[in-house]
Amino acid sequence: MIRLWPIPALLAALALPWLGLPIFWVSLLNTIGIAAIVATGIVVLTGIGGMTSFGQAAFVGFGAYASALLTTAWGWSPWLTLPVSLAASGLSALAIGAITLRLSGHYLALGTIAWAVSLYYLAGNLDAVGRNDGISGIPPLSVGGYALIDTRWSCMLILTALLGVVLATRNLLDSRWGRAIRSLRGGVVAAASFGVDTARARMLAFVYAAMLAGLAGWLYAHLQRAVNPTPFGLVAGIQYLLMAVVGGAGFVPGALLGATLVTLVNDRLQDLLPKLLGAAGNYEVIVFGLLLVLVLQSAPDGLWPLLARPRDRVRRLMSAPALPRRQHPALGSVILEAASLRKQFGGLVAVADLSFSVHAGEIVALIGPNGAGKSTSFNLLTGVARPSSGQTRFAGLDITGRTPQSIARLGIARSFQHVKLVASMSVIENVALGAHLRGTASPLAGVLRLDRAEEARLFAEAAIQLDRTGLTAHAFRPATALALGQQRIVEIARALCLDPSLLLLDEPAAGLRHNEKQELATLLSRLRAEGMAILLVEHDMEFVMSLADRLVVMDFGTRIAEGKPADVRHNPAVIEAYLGAAVEDAS
Amino acid sequence: MDSSILLILFQDGIVNGAVYALLALSLVLVFTVTRVVLVPQGEFVSFGALSYAAIGEGHPWPSVVLLAGLGGLAFLRGIWAVHNVRAAAWLAAETLGIPLVLAVLLKWAVPSHPPLVLQAGLALALTAPLAPYLYRVSFQSLAQASVLVLLIASVGTHLALSGLGLVTFGPEGARGPAFSDAVMMAGELMITGQSLWILGLTALVMGGLYLFFTHTLLGAALRATAVNRLGARLVGIPTTQAGLIAFWLAGLIGAASGVLISAQTTLSYDSGFLVGLKGFVAAIIGGMASYPLAAAAAILVGLVESFASFWASAFKEVIVFTVIIPVLLWRSLRHRGVEDEE
Repeated sequence: MIRLWPIPALLAALALPWLGLPIFWVSLLNTIGIAAIVATGIVVLTGIGGMTSFGQAAFVGFGAYASALLTTAWGWSPWLTLPVSLAASGLSALAIGAITLRLSGHYLALGTIAWAVSLYYLAGNLDAVGRNDGISGIPPLSVGGYALIDTRWSCMLILTALLGVVLATRNLLDSRWGRAIRSLRGGVVAAASFGVDTARARMLAFVYAAMLAGLAGWLYAHLQRAVNPTPFGLVAGIQYLLMAVVGGAGFVPGALLGATLVTLVNDRLQDLLPKLLGAAGNYEVIVFGLLLVLVLQSAPDGLWPLLARPRDRVRRLMSAPALPRRQHPALGSVILEAASLRKQFGGLVAVADLSFSVHAGEIVALIGPNGAGKSTSFNLLTGVARPSSGQTRFAGLDITGRTPQSIARLGIARSFQHVKLVASMSVIENVALGAHLRGTASPLAGVLRLDRAEEARLFAEAAIQLDRTGLTAHAFRPATALALGQQRIVEIARALCLDPSLLLLDEPAAGLRHNEKQELATLLSRLRAEGMAILLVEHDMEFVMSLADRLVVMDFGTRIAEGKPADVRHNPAVIEAYLGAAVEDAS
Repeated sequence: MDSSILLILFQDGIVNGAVYALLALSLVLVFTVTRVVLVPQGEFVSFGALSYAAIGEGHPWPSVVLLAGLGGLAFLRGIWAVHNVRAAAWLAAETLGIPLVLAVLLKWAVPSHPPLVLQAGLALALTAPLAPYLYRVSFQSLAQASVLVLLIASVGTHLALSGLGLVTFGPEGARGPAFSDAVMMAGELMITGQSLWILGLTALVMGGLYLFFTHTLLGAALRATAVNRLGARLVGIPTTQAGLIAFWLAGLIGAASGVLISAQTTLSYDSGFLVGLKGFVAAIIGGMASYPLAAAAAILVGLVESFASFWASAFKEVIVFTVIIPVLLWRSLRHRGVEDEE
């Protein structure tokens, strides 16, 4: 689908500075534009990717200093330094990210404070970058020998850059890797189980945000024509975060709104407060600090969602050639084999030498009383936990101890006992996340929108799986707006998008109504007929008994029975495990 | 470098490290009980020092105004959640009463130049209540929010408080009088009475916290809150009270550190932040959870700083904050790749 709004937006950006606005307002617009570019990076990084950074101003500094140094000391043209500025901020993010990005939430955020302070003092004490005086005499941008010194020229350039950033960011978020970044908030385990390299997605968001900051720094250096450490310190970093939080850190327009509000308020306060208090100083930080706290307390999602009601974003699904399918094992061959799997937590043996197998075209159910070790077994099979001993084989291949990503790559898909859907994505986007491994488009292809043909195929596949699971009517609704039972079915549709040979379902019938259960049973039977191997963990006996070909019964971590449903039903050990335990509980 | 310089650097490092240890302990305390990463801790250090100096010079009134202002804000913020008269009276006593009593006390005491220990006590009384006031204003209504949201709120609070510090104390730094002018010689090493005060107080606070946590019901309640908030609530521990107490302790420790170091260094409204950050480096090395590890790391930070200022004084801060990188690296290598955060 071709969007037309960027064209009038570009025309507006080019014309706005020349419409007779006072120069004061034009330069304010410049400040807003530069800040909005940085804040857009924070939206991707913090609001969407879930990583908080107080240090984005330092990346602005990398971009600004890189260009300042090359243009003053080496006489480079500012246009040639643009890629250098982007590379400087991107590479420094790569280095800092390699050290800190695997840390969880608040450590990562505290780490950003530490390196932001450290870099500030470094810049202030290095002779090469002019210590606290910084670098001055930076040349302005020029075209064909004509220097763009007039603020209105800068404004045209900055607004155009901002428009480009907004477009690139929207493109990125609406791509295969964009969905990976969006899954980072609360959906890491699920995304990893569908082969998303979540560490890479985190790094991508971090580097992308830093490169936007670098772009802002390059613009800043040639607008101000002088740099020093102060505008790249921690307070500036906090202010950029404030913009995103105030505007709405989860939304790209939120960054624009926040940058506008904070810049305007800042301008007024810097004028007003010193007069009011009778002394010069950065008193505006009082208001900003309180504002940050107040917004977190009263509108944690920022102001944008209060202004614009979120609507279902309907995407036109185009017919596209079907995705290639993997070679599935022959019907009846052994797909999954657990051999003496064991998991010990200290002295507690959660799973004791469990062995069983699942064949292609067969539904096997793992049942047992609460605490029998079913969920732990499931985690061992899917790579979420590592077995203490024993082996898991998939179609003859040893997969013990592999990561969830590499297990997904082989064609093993799963659902979760506690539903793990990405709240900020629509049903169909969640389902398309399951097809992540069936696409190859790079993040850059996403930004440049070169991935449309592949995206159409991924979404066509997602639409097929939604149709198969009866969820077509809900395709464009937010995933978490569905009833819990339906969310479980969305998880199954997502699993089917991987084109799996083996489907592992953790309590798929929990929370479903009677007729929904019947529909689920019909779907699973059909998949079985197509040759899929299915392993279920389930509590609903009626559902299991009528559906499964074989049952594996666990109690206290060991297999106590295995066989056809009718046989297991009369097995004395099984009856004792279920009913005996109940009698003991009652006593 | 000869051995006497080495000894002096060691001594300096340990004394500074002791202050960082105090701050690191209070950061761990506040974090475990409330999940708040207390970024404004540095402001309590500055404000404690500046209030102490202001009392000595006979004009502590800006500090009183700051305390009364934040107390009033805390009262307004807290009164909505209060359900009975008794609780309202307590709230009013804590938020409005304390500044009032202090104002009267200072009016009477300051002109008569009381002994230094009393001046220090007044400085603590002027500074420490800021911490629980801030808890009421910024964090109490966010008690259910994630650690990250609390951290952002904490950074916002730090920003506002440092601006208020500029209004209250002005941009100039100040020094307070030392508790002791005594100087002892141990071989070539010169030991000042003030550094003994610092070490002594650090030991006292550590011992006091240990006894508090192991031997009192309140301490046990705080530990229970730290381990499991919901569980603590279910067995009847008021977690809001636990949070307030943790903040009171943090405010006291921060202000006391400020009073102690104000005799050695000139502190201005914003220089406490850097001191506090060094406490953070130590607390992070201790995993924001272990008291002994945080205290040991704080001594290490003090030593690194003291040697760094000898060898490369311009890059002192850079080096100190870079100490954290190998620690983060080590933590990140131990960290499992896949995990959902709250």
